[in-house]
Amino acid sequence: MNAKDNSLRVKHLYNRAGFGISYADLHKLSRKNTEKIVAGLLKETKDDPITLVSDTESRRQMLVQAGLYTKKNLSDEEKKIRQEIIRMQNEVSKDLNIAWIDKMINTTSPLREKMTLFWHGHFACRSNEPLYAQQLNNIQRTYGLGNFKTLLMEVSKSPAMLQYLNNQQNRKGKPNENFARELMELFTLGRGKYTENDIKESARSFTGWMYDKDGTFIFRQNLHDDGTKTFFGKTGNFDGENIIDLILAKPETAEFIARKVYKFFVNDQPDEAHVKELGDHFYAANYDISALIKKMFTSEWFYSAENVGTKIKSPIEFLVGLSREFYVTYNKPQILIQLQSSLGQYLFNPPNVAGWPGGQNWIDSSSLMLRMRIPSLVLNDGEIDFSGKADPEDEAVIALNKNATANANNAKPKSYVNANADWSKFLSTFPKGTSPLELTAFLLQPKLNDKIIKMVSDNKGLRSTAVEITSMPEYQLV
Amino acid sequence: MNRRNFLRNTGFVAAGSLFVPAFMKPFEALALDELSLYKNLVVVQLSGGNDGLNTVVPFGNDLYYQKRKSIAIKPEDVIKLNDMQGLNPNMAALQEIYDQGWMTIINDVGYPNPDRSHFRSMDIWQTGSDSNQFLSTGWIGRYLDSNCQTCKFPYTAIEVDDSLSLAMKGQTKKGIALKDPAALFRNTNNPFFKAVLQNDQEHLDEDNLGYLYKTMIETQSSASYIQNTSKIYQSKFTYPSSGFANQLKTVSKFISSGLKTRVYYVSLSGFDTHVNQIGQQGNLLKQYSEGMAAFIKDLKSNNKLDDTLVVTFSEFGRRVEQNASSGTDHGTANNMFVFGGRLKKQGIFNAAPNLSDLDNGDLKYQLDFRQVYGTILDKWLDVNNGDILNKKFNTLDFI
Repeated sequence: MNAKDNSLRVKHLYNRAGFGISYADLHKLSRKNTEKIVAGLLKETKDDPITLVSDTESRRQMLVQAGLYTKKNLSDEEKKIRQEIIRMQNEVSKDLNIAWIDKMINTTSPLREKMTLFWHGHFACRSNEPLYAQQLNNIQRTYGLGNFKTLLMEVSKSPAMLQYLNNQQNRKGKPNENFARELMELFTLGRGKYTENDIKESARSFTGWMYDKDGTFIFRQNLHDDGTKTFFGKTGNFDGENIIDLILAKPETAEFIARKVYKFFVNDQPDEAHVKELGDHFYAANYDISALIKKMFTSEWFYSAENVGTKIKSPIEFLVGLSREFYVTYNKPQILIQLQSSLGQYLFNPPNVAGWPGGQNWIDSSSLMLRMRIPSLVLNDGEIDFSGKADPEDEAVIALNKNATANANNAKPKSYVNANADWSKFLSTFPKGTSPLELTAFLLQPKLNDKIIKMVSDNKGLRSTAVEITSMPEYQLV
Repeated sequence: MNRRNFLRNTGFVAAGSLFVPAFMKPFEALALDELSLYKNLVVVQLSGGNDGLNTVVPFGNDLYYQKRKSIAIKPEDVIKLNDMQGLNPNMAALQEIYDQGWMTIINDVGYPNPDRSHFRSMDIWQTGSDSNQFLSTGWIGRYLDSNCQTCKFPYTAIEVDDSLSLAMKGQTKKGIALKDPAALFRNTNNPFFKAVLQNDQEHLDEDNLGYLYKTMIETQSSASYIQNTSKIYQSKFTYPSSGFANQLKTVSKFISSGLKTRVYYVSLSGFDTHVNQIGQQGNLLKQYSEGMAAFIKDLKSNNKLDDTLVVTFSEFGRRVEQNASSGTDHGTANNMFVFGGRLKKQGIFNAAPNLSDLDNGDLKYQLDFRQVYGTILDKWLDVNNGDILNKKFNTLDFI
């Protein structure tokens, strides 16, 4: 294979496994074969957790909150303290969001962050407590390329998930089935692979899985139902870990995860033969996620025409990809939250436990119009008058804010995106004499058609070409 | 006909024969489907969980005063509607609307196994799902998908906002979100946008790129249609100055200029009143009521009220007992409001909430919200509600 054909493959791999690649890096890698590059992607990922949310400060706040919660009548001073904690949690949650998107933009381990993003949507969860949200995100990052069993176990024991799916209320004699149901329906097997009775019995097995008031997992023996349960036709004195083992013993679990991975990395419309191939491999590899990923990225079908330049970028892939590509600095990073929310993928705030539906669901007239405007706003520091809707979970904070009433629905003043693209750095990655058409071919993943070729052929400058091309519908595909 | 009216009417002629006043056009020339297009639905969302008990106050029930020591509305302040219930004093603007028979209050609307998370409950209300079911399409979106006689245009459903709510998203069709038709028109008619779309025939297929181009083309044609149809219309009516009233004013402009749109969606947020509820909720109810009263009167003066149905909901009501911060926490069943010129049952539709028979301190629902949706789908939007809601719901007699 010649270097030019190989560079198309490498670009595709980096677009899907990460958030794109610079022209210079692409040029370097194009001489290597796929196996080596995939091995490199898997190897260069070191664990690098987010440490923004302070453990000690969060735990201090949690203890204060827990104390106030049990009190019947709060003094004005105590009410103020409680409001202040809510306000700080909200602010830190936004900082956490920005810390992660900033990490995706600047990471040297793109596959690990992409995998974290995948698990973020798979184990979809919301938590008002930023420490819990950070913990869960770090679990998904640390174990995201390791063994699925470890990942699943850690997620199931995280305060964020125990809280979100009400396992904190799951007690002997008073079972709460929420976690048990979603564990099978959304996290492992998929609908129709278990009975209602399996849900009831496994819910009993997870009784006593809780976290204590400073946010540490604890197994409360006295709240655990240690009676006999019948699950998947087997009878025993099962606890939560036994249930997870029994779920993983089913090959359907491996196939379910493989299908979801395929839809995220390869194509919205799964090819069932390829999914089966991946599922079998994943199961045989004893749920080693890296083995699954390696199999997928080294399969010839991953590079076939129907899988290249045909997937609609998620809002995060779009924003991170654009920002990485042009070395963008956001002087007012809050704009990234506004954009995530307006484009329909607000990190740490999935629509429900099923995660973002993805694919064509990302696109409606307003989100597409906004996507097509963002490159000129970000790259040319444009003005934005887009306000969007508040996230429903922010309502409490809106209501707390005294001025909210006056401002909530009035048009906000225009604001500038206030971002800088490093154009000289961007342009320096290209060889001298690169033409607008060559730049276009590099920036777009779908094949160029006559219309695009004609549009850019009148263009003299690389900079204006770049802004124009990234504003095209074709740039929405990867 | 004076000169100004003449110009207005010729403007309408130019925008399409549909807008010729009926007396200028032989009756038989009006196609049946054009006539039925005149029915509009306006959905108003109150985000944050509006406290229904301090909105429609059960002043006739002592339990209300026992459970709400510091935030109950005093009997003498309530705008009494019958011996049991009355409106919050901040809703005075709606009294006239109510007295005219243009308003119906439906008490205790909810669903089984209610969820108290804002996001989840809003999701349930917008998709019309059961509480343990996750749908990625909204109830209005699925109405668009049904491809019925009255919902085939991309501008069939308009949300007056910058972004589109899940309620408006179907599998194959989606509503359109816009705050300012002129701005959208400019954005879809700039030279770049036009150049991208020019002569683009090859993308009109079913793949993802085809879908992007189809969305662009529909946005452009909808923007042109909406702008060209509505730009000539000037409301003579004065609206209060609030963002919410502005949204309604835009909807009124669209309805009165004869857009073939059937569903409009607007929202007002800030109702999550855990702390010091009285002032916060009062302000919002005032904005809501004054905006709504102006809107209803505006429609009436344009002879559009008979063809319009307005429905208001919130994702949940709040707990019966107040909390320690002079606020209320997340609850369950809540009231809904319906407005229109052709209501079958005017005033209070069903019994007031029973405050002595609670479920863990929360109201029990009398009616499933999908019965309200089902009624609207069957009787107003002319589709079979079972096709849209995935199972058939019994309809109610408010329309």
